[in-house]
Amino acid sequence: MATTRIQGYRPGLVDVATGQISREIFVNDEIYQDELERVFARAWLFVGHESQIPSPGDFFVSSMGEESVILCRDRVGKVHVFLNSCRHRGMKVCRYDEGNAAVLTCPYHGWSYSTDGRLVGVPYFREAYHSTLDRSAWGLVEVAQLCLYKSSVWATWDPAAPPFLEYLGDFLPYIDLTLDAWDGSDGGTEILCGIQKWRVPCNWKFPAENFSGDSYHNISHRSVDLVGIGPSGSGRRDMPELNMARKLHIAFPERGHQTTSYLLPKEAAPPPAYQHSSVVSDYFRECEEARRKKQGDWGRMIALVGEVFPNTAFLARQPRTLAAWHPRGAHETEIWRCFLVDKSAPAEVKDFLRDYYIRYSGPGGMTEQDDMENWNYAHAASRGTIARRYPYSYEQGMGTAVDNYEWEGFRVPGTVCDLTQAKSSEHNLRNLYRRWAEFMEAESWDELTIWRRQRQAEAAE
Amino acid sequence: MTDDRIARVLLKQEIEEFLYREADLLDERRYDEWLALLAEDARYWMPMRRNVKVDDREREFTREGRDISWFDEGKETLTRRVRQIQTGIHWAEEPVSRISHLLSNIQLLEVNPSPAEPAEVSVRCRFLVYRNRVETETDFLVGKREDLLRRIDGHWRIARRKILLDQNVLLSKNLTFFF
Repeated sequence: MATTRIQGYRPGLVDVATGQISREIFVNDEIYQDELERVFARAWLFVGHESQIPSPGDFFVSSMGEESVILCRDRVGKVHVFLNSCRHRGMKVCRYDEGNAAVLTCPYHGWSYSTDGRLVGVPYFREAYHSTLDRSAWGLVEVAQLCLYKSSVWATWDPAAPPFLEYLGDFLPYIDLTLDAWDGSDGGTEILCGIQKWRVPCNWKFPAENFSGDSYHNISHRSVDLVGIGPSGSGRRDMPELNMARKLHIAFPERGHQTTSYLLPKEAAPPPAYQHSSVVSDYFRECEEARRKKQGDWGRMIALVGEVFPNTAFLARQPRTLAAWHPRGAHETEIWRCFLVDKSAPAEVKDFLRDYYIRYSGPGGMTEQDDMENWNYAHAASRGTIARRYPYSYEQGMGTAVDNYEWEGFRVPGTVCDLTQAKSSEHNLRNLYRRWAEFMEAESWDELTIWRRQRQAEAAE
Repeated sequence: MTDDRIARVLLKQEIEEFLYREADLLDERRYDEWLALLAEDARYWMPMRRNVKVDDREREFTREGRDISWFDEGKETLTRRVRQIQTGIHWAEEPVSRISHLLSNIQLLEVNPSPAEPAEVSVRCRFLVYRNRVETETDFLVGKREDLLRRIDGHWRIARRKILLDQNVLLSKNLTFFF
């Protein structure tokens, strides 16, 4: 066999038509450098939540791609996201995780910035610069676009990216299933204090793929299923209502977002849950009923997991969380996970949820621990010269997705693969990588917003 | 030495031996015997730690019973964690890790009602938990621990454990072991 020369990204590594994806896209350092530019510097990324910075001067240090950013609220209440690096000589301006400040002062040479990013303090401005430095040109680098959506904060470095709501398209209501309160009230959630941050030795796409809807990894969580950490304290991890629902993979091919969600039957009442406490069980029952009443058929939709392209995941039910997979090199990921509760929930409900969240998720979570072991060693065992020659298989459910899925009078938005009988599919995973490959190949947003061309063509007709 | 001081020295030695025995049970994977050392109402709490200003110590630690922590739980959940390891298919601990608990700087903080007849002892120490698993995977976790030990039916039991890990971003991929 002839030897092959190692190279970076090239078309064909992601072949969704055959369901084969090269290991190179996970373990190749050149491809990684390329994706920082082509994916992370262009896409919309999750930065945080307004409940983390309620007052003027509040800041929270977050991450976009590999880089540190400052999420802050300025003196007049406007939210900003800045690159956390001094314009003078690059020092990380803010090394606190969070706090409140009137100005952010760089500890190296003392340039200081107001919370709206302006350079307001320059030591020896008169003496050393003869008052000629154009301070207005040396403010903190700010993201090109920022969007506050139901208190979640999203940003992109690319001025040419479509606005956030267009970037999400018809996937938007699925995110609402995490950001709205349990009774469907608009954006009625807040983040519990304390963001879990930890390192996992794997490429960031392993968790991204898992949360896109890996419906096949039941064996991973068999041990926790045997032991039981369900919301009522025992039994399976999920709630019994899932057994009477349709389990669906729902993907948005033009945009690269996807979710595993459940569609409940039309007339089913939610089965009893959280029986250990009447406060908790009453709360969720009342909320479910209110939501069904408010939202009609859409109220039958409950999301399990989902992924906003490229690296933001949600778990909509229990635990309700948002996570970002921050790349730290091709072979390491820093996971940031925050937990949401209904703002107006009784204290006992919040306490119950917090306990459940901690034992389910994160490095101490009895479910997530086993995922990390798999991502770690899947990555490690794919790095070898020989291993890289063999692609991964993503062939489940090829050709079974439909664009007009309907069940009991409700048409589900998105391209849908019904897993109720099939048990598992890799429809969503192919969707993630198809979009990833488009980002790697496209030179401009023109190529990445084909829905605009279709709309223009329709308008022209 | 006065009787009280002798009682205190003896008590300190007794507590140290208890903590070392406990560490042995964990390192030898004798988890059921370890669980038996926990009081029924035991609390096990490991806050997360934030980078804060020197005068902002209150925000350094996430709060017990209010915020998200690495651990904030009781004996029931700890028992489930043990059962999970014992299933033999908890992949994060299968094959099993090699773990050593090193304890030092042991100090008695408070003894009630007296060293001669102690019913509750609060004790602080430093820990170094070393984990090595599969081939080369290695974690060093260093920090402080504060334990409240209670004498129940003539035996010391752990009523409360506060674990202050000296890390911000957790450098281990998971926390499948006990501190």
